[in-house]
Amino acid sequence: MPDMQQDSIGFAGPDSLGHFGPYGGTFVGETLIAAVEELSRVYEEVSKDPEFWAEYDHDLKYYVGRPSPLYLAERLTAAAGGAKIYLKREDLNHTGAHKVNNTIGQALLAKRMGKTRIIAETGAGQHGVASATVAARLGLECFVYMGAEDIQRQAPNVYRMKLLGATVVSVDSGSRTLKDAMNEALRDWATNVDSTYYIIGTVAGPHPYPQIVRDFQCIIGRETREQSLAQLGQLPDALVACVGGGSNAIGMFHPFLNDSSVAMYGVEAGGDGVETGRHAAPLSAGVPGVLHGNRTYLMTDSGGQIMETHSVSAGLDYPGVGPEHAWLKDLKRVNYVNATDSEAMKAFHQLTRLEGIIPALESAHAVAYAMRLAATMAPEQSVVINLSGRGDKDIQTVAKLEGLTL
Amino acid sequence: MSRISEVSAEAAQQGRKLLIPYVVAGDPDLPTTLKLMHKLVADGADMIELGVPFSDPSSDGPVIQRGVERAIAGGTNLAKVLDLVAEFRLQNSSTPIVLMGYLNPVEIMGYEAFATRASDVGVDGVLIVDMPPSEASGLCDLLKERRIDTIFLVAPTTTDTRCAQIVANCSGYLYYVSLKGVTGAALLDTESVRLSIEKLRKMTDLPIVIGFGIKDAASARTMGALSEGVIIGSALVERIEKLSPGDTSSAQQLAHVTEVIKTAREALDSL
Repeated sequence: MPDMQQDSIGFAGPDSLGHFGPYGGTFVGETLIAAVEELSRVYEEVSKDPEFWAEYDHDLKYYVGRPSPLYLAERLTAAAGGAKIYLKREDLNHTGAHKVNNTIGQALLAKRMGKTRIIAETGAGQHGVASATVAARLGLECFVYMGAEDIQRQAPNVYRMKLLGATVVSVDSGSRTLKDAMNEALRDWATNVDSTYYIIGTVAGPHPYPQIVRDFQCIIGRETREQSLAQLGQLPDALVACVGGGSNAIGMFHPFLNDSSVAMYGVEAGGDGVETGRHAAPLSAGVPGVLHGNRTYLMTDSGGQIMETHSVSAGLDYPGVGPEHAWLKDLKRVNYVNATDSEAMKAFHQLTRLEGIIPALESAHAVAYAMRLAATMAPEQSVVINLSGRGDKDIQTVAKLEGLTL
Repeated sequence: MSRISEVSAEAAQQGRKLLIPYVVAGDPDLPTTLKLMHKLVADGADMIELGVPFSDPSSDGPVIQRGVERAIAGGTNLAKVLDLVAEFRLQNSSTPIVLMGYLNPVEIMGYEAFATRASDVGVDGVLIVDMPPSEASGLCDLLKERRIDTIFLVAPTTTDTRCAQIVANCSGYLYYVSLKGVTGAALLDTESVRLSIEKLRKMTDLPIVIGFGIKDAASARTMGALSEGVIIGSALVERIEKLSPGDTSSAQQLAHVTEVIKTAREALDSL
């Protein structure tokens, strides 16, 4: 079950209209309103239904392979030279990332609502793969929208989705990345609203998605909390997670929000450096606006057009961020920071060589910042990195950046 | 009474259907849009919906998306669209102008600044496709104070409870979306549109106009028969796509674009 008890203490949200403070909400065209209202109704019902959560827990255990370990990275700790660094191994989940925690849950919702067709948007392809996976398992038709640019840089995941029986639809409009894939998925949904369930992959979109996706990802933080108490004998001093839309980060942070001793760091994609303007860090350098169904921090120009973003990692290449993160930033509960492409690349290699773990480029941003942070902390302190995904999908990108062709 | 209500009342009195073309401001460039606006009025438009370009038009089909991309490539933004309305008003003080677009440009300009400027330049109505009534009160109130109408959409999926909420917040006219989908898609069956409009009639005295999927004289006539009028967007933007930017279009080329409005006017007038 979601953390109802913790919600009641301090960081309650969203309200019944989906607001996290001034953020969130339901900013979609009228055709989709009935669909999001139906989803809200169904989710409210199931979130109180122990049978639903029992089925979800069962799938996570026997299909996904949870719980994922909390691993002390000793050589990484030594390299950083400060606090002990632990990795929450979401990379070990079936399909290779945290994304599946959410698609398992939303597939159960789709099934309960009697939908026969699944659509999804994807950036790096991890959410597309996780959606295609659950669709295959339930025998549902699956269409994944993916920017033409991302199809180029994530070819292995595109093929995985096809193997799983999904149709990958190339999106050629706008900047041809994740945001445009999301626009196209919204258009599909408006057109096929009766038969179709839209599995949004991150804690963005119209209400109730930011809440639903968060609740399904909170398994990460709940396990981390229990494992910390068991393995460390106390809560960690700091949590670090990368933030694109922000689903792995909110899943890690949320169960700790009321633990004031736990510091939290959400690491955005600094790209070439935030000062260059070529980045994907709306919380570091954006302003509040409205995109894809919710009000949140965005990268937008003075005329209100959404700006093109840049990150070496396709999964972080998004101009917005989940509305709950926007709120946690304003509340100053979470520190939002960033790591550049080159810092992430360096961390990618360090983790690979020191620990034998190849991280996703997204997660490498968290590793980069956590090493910086750990160095400022005492050896008896501890930092947990949410290692949100594995890097197999990125080896072509990394090879290309280093001038190699595989 | 707002300019939109005046024009609607006058049309109702004359038994005339409203014809409302939609064009993307700045497609292919702002001077051409200005000429098109005047030409549309000359060819029978009662009001004009002026699309405000936004980089992520997730309720629009491919034709309008491309129009929006052309406008953005030419540097058109909300501030320039408002300037365009000011320029249009130098020669036309009677045709209502409705700005149609997405919320983010208005958020970034600021509600107060937008409402004030819109009022100053002579905007009559505002339709924000991704702003439902439950999120609209802040902007709605500011517009109302300045006698600008806020127009909302009703879709085939809209529940009765919601319809009531929408008509309570809507002024000017009610925009009925004829189909499930995005702008420019194929037309829904007439019977279900007729039933929906009948239901809406019992809830409101606002003029009801139908949009999405009306592309020629025949569909304008069919939908016009069920309502107070029609909106034609994608069919126009499709023709505008053939114009080049740089204010180079001849009068003949512009006449070719607006021909679809001219024939729709004739079809509506024959009802």
